[in-house]
Amino acid sequence: MSDYRLLEQIDRYINGEMSGEELANFEQLRKDNPAVDSQISEHRNFLGALKHYGERLDLEQRLNAIHEEIDVHTLHEELMIKPSWIVSLWRHHHSKISVAASIAIFAVLTTLLLTGGFKKHDTAYVELKKEIASVRTSTLLLNEQSHKIKQQLSSSKDGKTIVNPGKFSGTGFALTSNGYLVTNYHVIKGADSVYVQNVDGESFHAKVIYSEPAQDIAFLQINDASFKSLGSVPYNFKRAKSDLGEEVFTVGYPADVIAFSEGALTSPAGFNGDSSAYELSLLARPGNSGGPLLDNKGNLIGIISGKQTSYESLSFAKKSSYLLKAIQNIPSDSLVKPLNLNTRNGLAGLSRTQQIKKLRNYVFMVKVYN
Amino acid sequence: MSSKANSSIPTDSEVILGILNNSDVVLKRLYLAYFPMVLQLIINNNGSADDAKDIYQEAVIVLYNKVKAGNFELSSKLKTYIYSVSRRLWLKRLTQMNRYGGDLRDFEEHLPLEEEDHEQHADRDLQFGKMQAALGQLGEPCKTIMEDFYIHNRSMQEICERFGYTNADNAKTQKYKCLQRLKKLFFQQN
Repeated sequence: MSDYRLLEQIDRYINGEMSGEELANFEQLRKDNPAVDSQISEHRNFLGALKHYGERLDLEQRLNAIHEEIDVHTLHEELMIKPSWIVSLWRHHHSKISVAASIAIFAVLTTLLLTGGFKKHDTAYVELKKEIASVRTSTLLLNEQSHKIKQQLSSSKDGKTIVNPGKFSGTGFALTSNGYLVTNYHVIKGADSVYVQNVDGESFHAKVIYSEPAQDIAFLQINDASFKSLGSVPYNFKRAKSDLGEEVFTVGYPADVIAFSEGALTSPAGFNGDSSAYELSLLARPGNSGGPLLDNKGNLIGIISGKQTSYESLSFAKKSSYLLKAIQNIPSDSLVKPLNLNTRNGLAGLSRTQQIKKLRNYVFMVKVYN
Repeated sequence: MSSKANSSIPTDSEVILGILNNSDVVLKRLYLAYFPMVLQLIINNNGSADDAKDIYQEAVIVLYNKVKAGNFELSSKLKTYIYSVSRRLWLKRLTQMNRYGGDLRDFEEHLPLEEEDHEQHADRDLQFGKMQAALGQLGEPCKTIMEDFYIHNRSMQEICERFGYTNADNAKTQKYKCLQRLKKLFFQQN
């Protein structure tokens, strides 16, 4: 009860309701009793906090009332820095966009499922067949057809110089120093007469002594009085298969002068999986048919025989092992002179230019008349 | 005429006088004048319109208290002051919510505020929160008696009538019991 009385007194003291004797007494009490004094300041603080609380509450109410009158939404729209239209499009329509995207994905997946888009083998099989069909029609034999033959033939009668009077031409290369050559069967097919021309432009008459159309291989023998021995052949004939990635090159007569082309061995099987041929990444042109294919060391590894039209610089070459087999098959009575293959390699270790310098004397343009 | 007066931006000295005189009209003009500025600041810095309302009102309260306390010296434009206070309060709020990305998009010039002012405001804010909590825990009828007597300055006579106390002494005893409890609740929270 005395607590209340004291509190009441403090209240009145702080509010300035005391006067006269009472005030004097209370101030005396305050001086004498530090506990009372601290209670007074504590109460004063407390009342201040309470007053302040009231004031703030009141102010907040007034501010809220004012705030009610503001159209915050419109202001918000005006003051918001607009994000780019694509962001706002996303913000406003992201649920719709998501649904649309889900449906689209679902539709694509369903279509793929129904049409067998996931069965990779089936589609690849179909496509492959189609490709084979188109490639079959587009594989070229590298015969060069001259459109000027007739003119040239007639002009030859007038005794003019004939650069290339054959109807077809290809390339051939020497097997031996005594005049046996090999070329592609398709080069000399249906020929009435065959001439071969060396790098110096000298032509010699040659005759076909044996051919294997299945392997697209034909053997020629130079039977011309002006022909002298070539000297020993610088390359040897490789029996083993060559490896993928091997750097290879050829020389041949795609034009009237000898031309060099190089590339790499890209597949152990030729066109349409033909295991008797190599696939090459090598630019072969019409006229290269029948040319020698050599590796870096100067081993003869094949005969250029064709190319694929649907791809740039994809060519094929008959493997040398099939050439060697065909040589075995030549009837002995067709051979007037002995056919002994060279086993020494005279090109190994030479630079490419040196190799070609040696090689070109053994590579001939095969000109065919029919 | 009055609507024009309501919508126009009050001069800085008008505002200070108005606050000292507790003028509702000036308070309203002040509030309407600078709210868009603060709204713009908040909504373009990760805040909502409600956040803007809270921050702006707090800033007005800071100004109000400072003017009322009589130690307000206008060293810049009032607009700049309010913007700076709001900016500071919002930065603090963002940091508390861990939403502050280290970069605030500003729309007005602002000035550095005195640390002391800010601490004083934070202190008052704390007191306010404590008082609010204490009154909340106090329960009725004590809460209303306290509010009526100490905040609204109603006389004991009025309070007696309102609560139906027949005896003024009973009412007085009741009031002091309530006061004791409130003080206890208030100081307990430290």
